[in-house]
Amino acid sequence: MELLVASAIGVLTAAGVYLILRLRAFPVILGTAMLSYAVNVFLFSAGRLTINAPPILQKGVETYADPLPQALVLTAIVISFGMTAVVVMIALGAFLETGDDAIDIPEEDK
Amino acid sequence: MNHWMIAPVVLPAMLAPVIAWVMRHDITLARVFSLAGTVALVAISIGLFITAASGEISVYKLGNWDAPFGIVLVLDRLSALMVLLTTSLALMVLIYVISSNWDTRGRHFHALFQFLLMGVTGAFLTGDAFNLFVFFEVLLIASYGLMIFGGGGMRLRAGLQYVVMNLAGSALFLVALGTIYGVTGTLNIADLAVKMQELPAADAALMRVAAMLLMIVFAVKAALFPVQFWLPATYANAPAPVAAMFAIMTKVGAYAILRFFTIVFGPEVSATGSMAADWLLPAALITIVIGASGVLGAKRLLSLASFAVLTSMGTVMVAISMFTPDAAMAALYYIIHSTFAAAALFLVADLVVTHRIHDRLRIAPVMARSGLISAVFFVVAIAAAGMPPLAGFLGKLLVLEAAQTNADMVWIWAVILVSSLMMVVGFARAGSMIFWNTEEPAAPPEAGSPLPVMAAMLPVAVLVLLAVFAGPLTQYTQATAEQLFTPAEYISSVLEAK
Repeated sequence: MELLVASAIGVLTAAGVYLILRLRAFPVILGTAMLSYAVNVFLFSAGRLTINAPPILQKGVETYADPLPQALVLTAIVISFGMTAVVVMIALGAFLETGDDAIDIPEEDK
Repeated sequence: MNHWMIAPVVLPAMLAPVIAWVMRHDITLARVFSLAGTVALVAISIGLFITAASGEISVYKLGNWDAPFGIVLVLDRLSALMVLLTTSLALMVLIYVISSNWDTRGRHFHALFQFLLMGVTGAFLTGDAFNLFVFFEVLLIASYGLMIFGGGGMRLRAGLQYVVMNLAGSALFLVALGTIYGVTGTLNIADLAVKMQELPAADAALMRVAAMLLMIVFAVKAALFPVQFWLPATYANAPAPVAAMFAIMTKVGAYAILRFFTIVFGPEVSATGSMAADWLLPAALITIVIGASGVLGAKRLLSLASFAVLTSMGTVMVAISMFTPDAAMAALYYIIHSTFAAAALFLVADLVVTHRIHDRLRIAPVMARSGLISAVFFVVAIAAAGMPPLAGFLGKLLVLEAAQTNADMVWIWAVILVSSLMMVVGFARAGSMIFWNTEEPAAPPEAGSPLPVMAAMLPVAVLVLLAVFAGPLTQYTQATAEQLFTPAEYISSVLEAK
């Protein structure tokens, strides 16, 4: 399972980085979404991978899942979701105002 | 527990939604509440500053959970200084925004402004690494709204670059936090410092990766080479008063590096050692060179101001990268100066834009109030370039003095001195292009209200005061630096807080 999770994080990150380096807004936004998925899975696995264990610490219970990364990842999901919505709106605004979705600022406006 | 400690976070957090919901159609009411809230914040942060000046480290436990289980806010000399710097800058920017009617060019300026304040003060006060991430996101999302305030194609496109850059930065931040938690099992800064001292040698490599990732994230915020590319485009295209407020946001990155790499990954920690200093110094020196070259080559006054911000951040980071109390003292003094200098520069640039129609460095009709604005620009340029008699000169002198014992002293002195000369030439060129390279206007220029010019003089007055009161100020920053380099005090205050 470690191999599966680790390679999933790796593939998502690689795809995200590749897409972020594109020059048009749409792939870049997809790239940031990919990157945030990768990060969420990574954060989740920071508490070690456990199966069939409750995320609660009780007396006499030896195996439990670390609840803190689960709380962290919830926060991270909410934030990345909100951020993606914001970036989509800004990209739409830029597209409607300038007529194309290029990322670069034209030379004459620098 | 001192409940005033959380007021700089809670007050804007309460005010912003009220302004957004109740006062969105009434700009006068929004202005009154936003201004009153900011004045109250300045008063509170002065109180906190006086509390912290005694050397006492106050801890505020949220939900009364003991550290490291709950989140804590920590008020020491450094965070009190940064909070006071934030709120006083915010008050000046807000007065300028209201007097120049900038807030009527779009919607929800005051709500976004208060959310930004909440994020920045929270980032300075928190004692928890994940909470720092959350406050970073709060200040970033408010800054996205402010960055594109007023709209316009190029502003939105620059805004998109800014957002994507910071989304990538946030992803890196989370990876760093995940790694740190995976290795040490804690995210409380004080507890982390304890865990770092007793770190098993097998985990050292993993922790070095995490420390390096954190440094890259903070370097993105502080606009350090090679991740400084977002800053010139963002600041030059943002509304100028917003760019003036953003002067504090680069300092958030500098603050975070100073906090983490003295308390958690200090030079005595064997896992990281002098890694931070080794990487920061060359990066900071190259940042200075890029900034100074940008000042020389800029085609617009606003991009010139952005590159001047880069140079000042480079100088701050050179001082921080030495990681000695003397250098940290110089860095803090220079941070105070460069925040107000950058803000003043952007406000003057906005005066030029509104009086001259555009800020391009080429011939244009004579603008109204040319004499007065050029005088203000002259003072600000002296401050930003670091010429005597203003505080920028004293700050650079302190940095140079602290570098005397450094192994790379030759490089530091050469880069800072040559870049100062380049800045002087760049500012002289910009000033003569804007104020002297003029043609006869077709119609007599309209002056408009004198209020914005007076508001823009507020940070200029502060720049003068910083030089006059340099003695007491450097005493405070000296004490701050000493507190910062005795992490045991910070750690015991947090972990043993009742």
